[in-house]
Amino acid sequence: MADTTNKAASDGQGYWKANLRLIYTLLIIWALASFGFGILLRPALSGIEVGGTDLGFWFAQQGSILVFLVLIFFYAWRMNKLDRDYGVDE
Amino acid sequence: MDQTTLNIIVVGLSFVLYFGIAIWARAGSTSEFYAAGRGVNPVINGMATAADWMSAASFISMAGLIAFVGYNNSSFLMGWTGGYVLMAMLLAPYLRKFGKFTVPEFIGDRFYSTTARIVAVVALIVISVTYVIGQMTGAGVAFSRFLEVSSTNGLLIASAVVFVYAVLGGMKGITYTQVAQYCVLIIAYTIPAIFISLQLTGNPIPGLGLFSDMSAGNGGEGTPLLVTLDGLLTDLGFNEYTTGSSPWLMALFTLSLMIGTAGLPHVIIRFFTVPKVSDARWSAGWALVFIALLYLTAPAVGAMARLNITTTLWPNGVQNEAVAADELPDWFATWSATGLLGVEDKNGDGRIQYYNDENQRELAALIEAEGPTGDQTQAEYDSRVAELQSDPTVVRAGERGWEGNELVTFNQDILVLANPEIAQLPGWVIALIAAGGIAAALSTAAGLLLAISSAISHDLIKSAINPDISEKNELLAARISMAGAIVLATWLGLNPPGFAAQTVALAFGLAAASLFPTLMMGIFVKKINAAGATAGMLAGLILTCLYLFTYLGWFFIPGTNMLENNAANYLFGIPPTHFGPIGAVANFAVAFIVSGMTKPTPAHIQELVESVRIPRGAGAAQDH
Repeated sequence: MADTTNKAASDGQGYWKANLRLIYTLLIIWALASFGFGILLRPALSGIEVGGTDLGFWFAQQGSILVFLVLIFFYAWRMNKLDRDYGVDE
Repeated sequence: MDQTTLNIIVVGLSFVLYFGIAIWARAGSTSEFYAAGRGVNPVINGMATAADWMSAASFISMAGLIAFVGYNNSSFLMGWTGGYVLMAMLLAPYLRKFGKFTVPEFIGDRFYSTTARIVAVVALIVISVTYVIGQMTGAGVAFSRFLEVSSTNGLLIASAVVFVYAVLGGMKGITYTQVAQYCVLIIAYTIPAIFISLQLTGNPIPGLGLFSDMSAGNGGEGTPLLVTLDGLLTDLGFNEYTTGSSPWLMALFTLSLMIGTAGLPHVIIRFFTVPKVSDARWSAGWALVFIALLYLTAPAVGAMARLNITTTLWPNGVQNEAVAADELPDWFATWSATGLLGVEDKNGDGRIQYYNDENQRELAALIEAEGPTGDQTQAEYDSRVAELQSDPTVVRAGERGWEGNELVTFNQDILVLANPEIAQLPGWVIALIAAGGIAAALSTAAGLLLAISSAISHDLIKSAINPDISEKNELLAARISMAGAIVLATWLGLNPPGFAAQTVALAFGLAAASLFPTLMMGIFVKKINAAGATAGMLAGLILTCLYLFTYLGWFFIPGTNMLENNAANYLFGIPPTHFGPIGAVANFAVAFIVSGMTKPTPAHIQELVESVRIPRGAGAAQDH
């Protein structure tokens, strides 16, 4: 990304990089819970039984949604803290 | 008191509540009309977003959609919730920081281009209008089912109700009525689900009950519910509930729904109503909490209702005699009268056999043809006949004299609608389902209508046609646009174009291919310039439309499709409903290439992007 011109360089850049790192990490978990455990990796998890079926089925119908919830609240908590740490909060 | 009277009373009371809120929450300024004065508490906004998002289809049809297909349709659950993760991290906080009123306004300012803004308005209107047609017809159907009025009258009543609170209150009125509508719809959805889960598994939380053992008195005591359901369905010749197929296509469809969800303008603008950037982040989380209450319950409702209806028809198990036609429960007759259930005693044995007769019918057709048809060879014909003759369901049907499935109509909506009666709950719970279905349709319709009317009054009239319009006149223009949008939506609901059934796929595909990538690049990639964004949006829109039209007909007019809509013709096997992510990739690629070849983004726009990325100063942007 062409992050060139800015006067508030160092702090603004650090804050944005930290935000991007957080987004990358959380989106990997997001994809792993839904596309991974819920769909493509389901055969690999078929040995783990949950309520008469396998873990992949549980992830597809319940688990992924619960993971999404945790991800959004974690992001909100973490970013609101980063805002204060970098002095860019409202 | 009969059920219809009770339904009318409960639905009537809910309308009184919505009108009361509308009078209390009148909009006095454009900021209130477009963004509820940016004073909405993040939890309240989360609740309103949930009602905005969950349509009549989510409420009435989704459980059935999952229950009839089983595992593969988990795509809807993951897709329609996973999009909120994208929205929370990639769009909502930054667009709130930008602090304007509409989605095209951000695109127009960020890409310093009226053309880009107009293309965004076109995309927004196509997406929202196609979506709102489904809501208006859904409201009509909900009325006609519960209140014994025709669906035309139902649609007109629904329009009149929306008219009152949307024209009067704008976003402010819509927000607070959506909160009330959320409460009505979630109570209506969960009460029957809790009782059914208790009856079947002893667990009061439906999402946990789905993975619990059957409790005493239901047959199969101590066996997991899903094992019982899988067993019943395979014995009747249906696919196993928990087994899936084509995982890559399922993943692509899930992705399409996720990106589409994140790109739907009527949901995005809800995040403009909270006071701060940090509130927009929390609010996305709360929205998903309130959505998850229904979405975690829906798969349980679907599986349990399918199990209940199957055991109602096979009270002594599949190995024994089916239910006698004159012993069907009362609710069966009630719903047969609406045309959502229908039985026909084909073999005249006085009993109703419900099973999958697909193979039996195929075999009968092959035998009647007395030889191969089309490009089938004799050997293929013989082996198919032999295969079908040894199919366990065909064998069983032959032995027991079944002449076809006798549950001839089994509408998917029944899995939600008949739940209170299956669980033997009192009449007021049935009335609540009526109010809930109507609330779900009204809340989504109102949100869509606001997105359409603000794009017209703010992006077209204020920006392109008459920039000097006064605040007071713009508010009037917003109200007139809202009234116009309601009239148009009502007319389209009464005369649905032939493509109504395809429209949801279109809305999601287009949102995924046009608005989501452009908004995301506007925030995350400074070098994307006016030419790149405009070309990218057009590429995404046009490519997606072309792909849909190729299989579904030009502008969805039946018979004008260039290729038959089946798997053999699809490009790389991708069905038109799954095309959103491909359109999005085209949008990204074209935007990058064109931006690389044209003049770089001016410095003041780069500074704008910098400021959007940082929460500080959102308060100032409020005074617009």
